[in-house]
Amino acid sequence: MLSNTGNFLLLLSILFTFFIIFQSFACLKKTNNMIFKSIYKISLLQSTTILICFFTLVGAFMVSDFSLINVYQNSHTLKPIFYKISGTWGNHEGSLLLWVIILTIFSFLFLITNKNHPKNYRINTLIIQNILILGFLFFILFNSNPFSSISPVPKEGLGLNPILQDPALAIHPPLLYVGFVGSSIYFSAAMASVITNYSGKSFAQSIKSWVIISWSFQTLGILVGSIWAYYELGWGGFWFWDPVENASLLPWFAMTALLHSLLVLEKRNILYFWSIILCLLTFTLSVTGTFLVRSGILNSVHTFANDPSRGIYILSFLSLMIFASVYILFAKYKPTNDQINSNSKETFILINNWFMMFYLITVLLGTLYPIFTDAISNNKISVGPPFYNSVITPVVIIFLFFMAVGPKVKWIKNEYLNFKDLLKIIAGAIAVNFIITYFFKSYSLISNLIIISSVFLIISTILDAFKKPKINFARIISHFSFGFLIFFIGLNHNFSIEKDFNLKLGETKKIDNYNFELKDLKLQQYDNYKAVIGKIQISDLSTNKKRTLNPEIRIYDNPQTLTYEASIKTNFFRDYYLTMSNIDRSDYYNIKFQEKPLMIWIWISVIMLSFGGFLSFIRNAKNN
Amino acid sequence: MQKIIKITIIFLLIFILGIFFLSLNKNLNYNTESLIGNKLGEIELVSFEDDSIFTNDDFKKNSFTLINFWASWCAPCRVEHPHLMELSKENNIKILGVNFKDKKNNALKFLKDLGNPYKYLTRDSNGKQSVNFGIYGIPESILIDDKLTIIKKFVGPLTKQDLNSIKEIINNL
Repeated sequence: MLSNTGNFLLLLSILFTFFIIFQSFACLKKTNNMIFKSIYKISLLQSTTILICFFTLVGAFMVSDFSLINVYQNSHTLKPIFYKISGTWGNHEGSLLLWVIILTIFSFLFLITNKNHPKNYRINTLIIQNILILGFLFFILFNSNPFSSISPVPKEGLGLNPILQDPALAIHPPLLYVGFVGSSIYFSAAMASVITNYSGKSFAQSIKSWVIISWSFQTLGILVGSIWAYYELGWGGFWFWDPVENASLLPWFAMTALLHSLLVLEKRNILYFWSIILCLLTFTLSVTGTFLVRSGILNSVHTFANDPSRGIYILSFLSLMIFASVYILFAKYKPTNDQINSNSKETFILINNWFMMFYLITVLLGTLYPIFTDAISNNKISVGPPFYNSVITPVVIIFLFFMAVGPKVKWIKNEYLNFKDLLKIIAGAIAVNFIITYFFKSYSLISNLIIISSVFLIISTILDAFKKPKINFARIISHFSFGFLIFFIGLNHNFSIEKDFNLKLGETKKIDNYNFELKDLKLQQYDNYKAVIGKIQISDLSTNKKRTLNPEIRIYDNPQTLTYEASIKTNFFRDYYLTMSNIDRSDYYNIKFQEKPLMIWIWISVIMLSFGGFLSFIRNAKNN
Repeated sequence: MQKIIKITIIFLLIFILGIFFLSLNKNLNYNTESLIGNKLGEIELVSFEDDSIFTNDDFKKNSFTLINFWASWCAPCRVEHPHLMELSKENNIKILGVNFKDKKNNALKFLKDLGNPYKYLTRDSNGKQSVNFGIYGIPESILIDDKLTIIKKFVGPLTKQDLNSIKEIINNL
């Protein structure tokens, strides 16, 4: 029943999409500047139908309708209702439906919120966006249909991967999707802009809010994924340069570059084609990321089943998208003679863009290189954190200095900065670094420079907040949070402690300044898993403070999986992070203990960073 | 100059997309072509019902044997099951089921609900035997003849076409 309803709604959405494209072409032929009322109505109907379609699937998950193969494979009657619902988008087919929701809703919102812009530009955007929607709807219907039925109907489902039963991971995909699927709207708008010659300031204004909102969500999405990796994967790290993580970071670099180049386009009417390229690049990278993740050509901690036919479809779609956009861009490209003074704000923004492109290319190379070597020479290699850390870290130092100075420089004018002030701030930053190394611990030269440059950015951004008559709080919050983020990552990296040892029940072990005692082990039965819970007391010998951590070994029933749950005690100064794993044929348990300073501040910095984005969105909406 | 840049960009894009395409084909699960024509190694499979052991000699009696790897928890196995049921009606072929990492009760219930196409039913509770057959995931099926030569290998659930191709092979002799 739900299978038929779902398929019917999918077909109806395809019909509406065709109708919108057809009506839009008809509308283009009319000379007046009015968009047909019917287009608004069908767009609304299209979004509503897709939403109902999605909720039909959510409903199927909630009532555990195992006649749908998708529900059967990804759910279980014993699963808590929250995870039943999040199971909807925790798999390939359901998540594609979420894709289409964002594509259609953004399409509709763009149509109704850009009434001040010319008809042809809006209609062309709508046509291109709907071609994208059509592509994905066909993909869902013929290749990845979440409404495929199974007969006879199984009595019980196969459960959701227990690693994915996590609140952070339940909200991670929707956040990330608003980010990178949202970038589709400025891909379409950029194509429409080139086709209709609608360039310059007005174009920048029409897409700015969309770039900011997708950037803010992308930032939050990456953060939530990172938090999940931190406490679920049990390695104690928060960023692994895993190919799938990189796939979410690549569009973020392009978005960040675009966000800044739009400022120049809006203010000075230059860098138009560059902004267009960034618009096209952002969504292209998003689809490339999806291709890499879903086709299974990359090995990663993320589990999406490998199905080559999916890969072929996304790759064909991606190729079409790329060649269509390159063709239009080449056909319409006109070289411009942009005059930029070397010491103006636009130069600094351009420098920001170069840095972003540098990071983007580095991460892209690192991610694709193993695929290339495997395809060309059958050589299986893997590019790990050492590559990224050694290439990216030194460049971050210079980047932070430019990021601090850029906002102080004026538009257009070739005016020299007040070097005395800058020197004072640098002296302050060096002093902060000196205090840290003198009183706590010394670290490598690169780390010294990272701390100095991040403190330099923090201080100069804070000073900006007091100086200017017209303060842009959104920018200040984002820049200063970014400074804090790098600062805390630097300290966390240098001050983390990690201990690895074996312990059996009742045993006490002294390591450095700590005493560890495994006081108790108990077995607890839960609805869908049972857990061996350890009680480990950590006594800090210098302060005499005792803390109890309770790591778990969980045994899930459906499917049978063993997971190790870290026990984490967080405060404003540090995280105590402990995992316990059993050792075969022995009564010893392997204990991994980490003390990670200022962990919570890394999360707070990223939340503030995206908060800056939301603030900027509100500010921009008010101005327009 | 502009032309050179344009051509370079297009070549670069074609190169990247081409590599993607190559890797996609390369990763089509894994290559089963090389297995065809090879002789099956020594088999020792434990019967599902008791601890008796099936060896190569048991399968030399049959003109053809289809070794099918399945489990009650595997959704695609349900999808292919009707085809196995149909195949079990053929005289020239016997089906050997290898129950992969499964619970006995669940497996029996699966067969009670959907029918039992297996002439021989064996179990591989920890999945080690299946690894010896080069099994990466289930369902997978291997078609062998009376000399234990691998004629065909099917990765993923058997389809109607697979069923027809098996019938064609076994009825042509």
